Amino acid sequence: MSLKSFLKEKLVPKELDEQLDRLNKPVGSLGYDPWGFNTDTNKIVMSLFSGIYSKYFRVETSGIEHVPDTGPVLIVANHSGQLPIDGTLIAYAIATRKKKPRLPRAMIERFFPTVPFLGNFLNQVGAVLGDPVNCARMLENGEAIVVFPEGVRGSGKLFKDRYQLQRFGTGFLHLAMKHNTPIVPVGVVGCEETIPAFANIKPLAELLNVPYVPVALPFIFPAKVRLNFGKPIYFENEDLTEEQVTRRVEKVKSAINDLIAKGLDERKGIFE
Amino acid sequence: MSTETTPVQTNQTDKPSKTTKLSKKASTSIRATINKRVADRRKPARKKTVMITGAAGALAQQVINRLRDTHNIVAVDFRKLTYHSDDIASYKIDFTKRGFEDLFKHYEFDSVIHLGRISSSEETRMRRYNANVLGTQKLLDLSHKYGISNVIVLSTYHVYGASPYNPALIEETAPLKAAELTRDLVDSVELENLANIYLWRYPDLNITILRPCNIVGPGVRNTISSLLSSDYAPVLMGFSPIMQFIHIDDMADAVSLAHKECKKGVYNVATNDWIAYQDALEYCGCTAVPIPSIPPALPKFITGLLSLKMFPSYLVNYFKYPVVINGENFNKTFGFKAKRPLKEIFRSYREEKE
Repeated sequence: MSLKSFLKEKLVPKELDEQLDRLNKPVGSLGYDPWGFNTDTNKIVMSLFSGIYSKYFRVETSGIEHVPDTGPVLIVANHSGQLPIDGTLIAYAIATRKKKPRLPRAMIERFFPTVPFLGNFLNQVGAVLGDPVNCARMLENGEAIVVFPEGVRGSGKLFKDRYQLQRFGTGFLHLAMKHNTPIVPVGVVGCEETIPAFANIKPLAELLNVPYVPVALPFIFPAKVRLNFGKPIYFENEDLTEEQVTRRVEKVKSAINDLIAKGLDERKGIFE
Repeated sequence: MSTETTPVQTNQTDKPSKTTKLSKKASTSIRATINKRVADRRKPARKKTVMITGAAGALAQQVINRLRDTHNIVAVDFRKLTYHSDDIASYKIDFTKRGFEDLFKHYEFDSVIHLGRISSSEETRMRRYNANVLGTQKLLDLSHKYGISNVIVLSTYHVYGASPYNPALIEETAPLKAAELTRDLVDSVELENLANIYLWRYPDLNITILRPCNIVGPGVRNTISSLLSSDYAPVLMGFSPIMQFIHIDDMADAVSLAHKECKKGVYNVATNDWIAYQDALEYCGCTAVPIPSIPPALPKFITGLLSLKMFPSYLVNYFKYPVVINGENFNKTFGFKAKRPLKEIFRSYREEKE
């Protein structure tokens, strides 16, 4: 018996196993899809993550029903916290919702595939290299995709800049228009406080060929995380100038800002 | 009897006045021509003649097995002389030498199946360039000169290059980035470019370029097959890229189908099934031997020092980043479906070791 089968048998409770089987993800004969997703790894990680999701970060969601039951959708959120914990929490929330669960794919920064262990691990749990070709093909397949248009600008920002949205790329909006895909904005509150970074060691980052090396405590704080999902935003597929597209991106950014503000208002403290 | 009368009747219908004016000598000559044509029609249809290069390789032998009943086969290899059977002519010849043209003069080839490329892990860079690029150029030039109308060229998915930024399901229109990543794969990309130029410059050649994923199975001696066959195989620590495998029998079916259908163009050939490299090793009963993977120069340095034929330093990135190709275009165009599942492929490697 392989290590993966052993871990699956020992760690995945029957209820979660059945819940994740309902996702009905198309994979090949050995459980992989072309982007590296693996059903067994996903089940093991989901089972390990359930405690982290519900006990450690005590995640609260609102408006999760705004994510459509089927068909392509872009779930666009603010990025924070040095590690891609926010994407995993969003994906877990949607994959384990009671009504019509879906397994969204997270588009990850282009440096992740170069990071040993982490790159493969993220692929096996459904994350995909943030490439327009990948994204387009997945939307054609009717997948739900989590996008962080800030990229590393968002995840790598310092604690002093928390909850200040960085510049958004426009690629996601072009894809949404081209593939007639709704955008569901999400405001993530709490992840900024999980790994507060006070500086970035740029020379070391360059040496290791990674976008940032944060100066932070080697500890992930159990900040309470709130995921506020907004109503889907639809954009007509029109031939627009880049300036007009940027204006549309600003609308999405503004919706996310409102959802972040809502989350910040709701919380009484970082851990509450 | 109808075949005998048809040409005569046609002639009479078309030009009746001329027939009546013909001299006795001319009339005899026409009758002889007609009789010869009729006799030709009564002969069994001439078997088409196909040149198959790379005849010493396992894939070529499988293709020969599929075509031997319906074609006259001339097997050619520049590495060694191989015996297939008494009815198959076999030659060891360098494509870049003048004597190669004599084969085209001696045989009336209808088609060429060019499987004779030195794989990316064999020989030196210069030797591969000479054989794969200059040899192929000579082959295509001669194919054009002697009016061949069906040419199959075997390429490789390596041409896309193993980059961390590769999307999955790469289509045929994607840029060929292998040469940009390593000079050791220049010959593979150049061979493709050359075949593409000839494809458009000489449309009558009907060139079909096949870019298969990893070909594996009994007798295959390429890098990946050697790794799956071994008891211990190197892996880059923390990297297990998604890979695609096609059984040699399925690949031989694909080549035969492309040869039969003759639909020129560039096609990826891959199954709709995927697996991570390290899982594939596990299925094959192979123990993974991790090599440190960071900083990025270290694995290249280590594999360079080790000089393993089955894990050359310039192919290291193919064991680090995925190159997943989309074979749908080939499947739809040729109605192809691979028959051997991954589990069966890996089982045979595992059983070999037991």
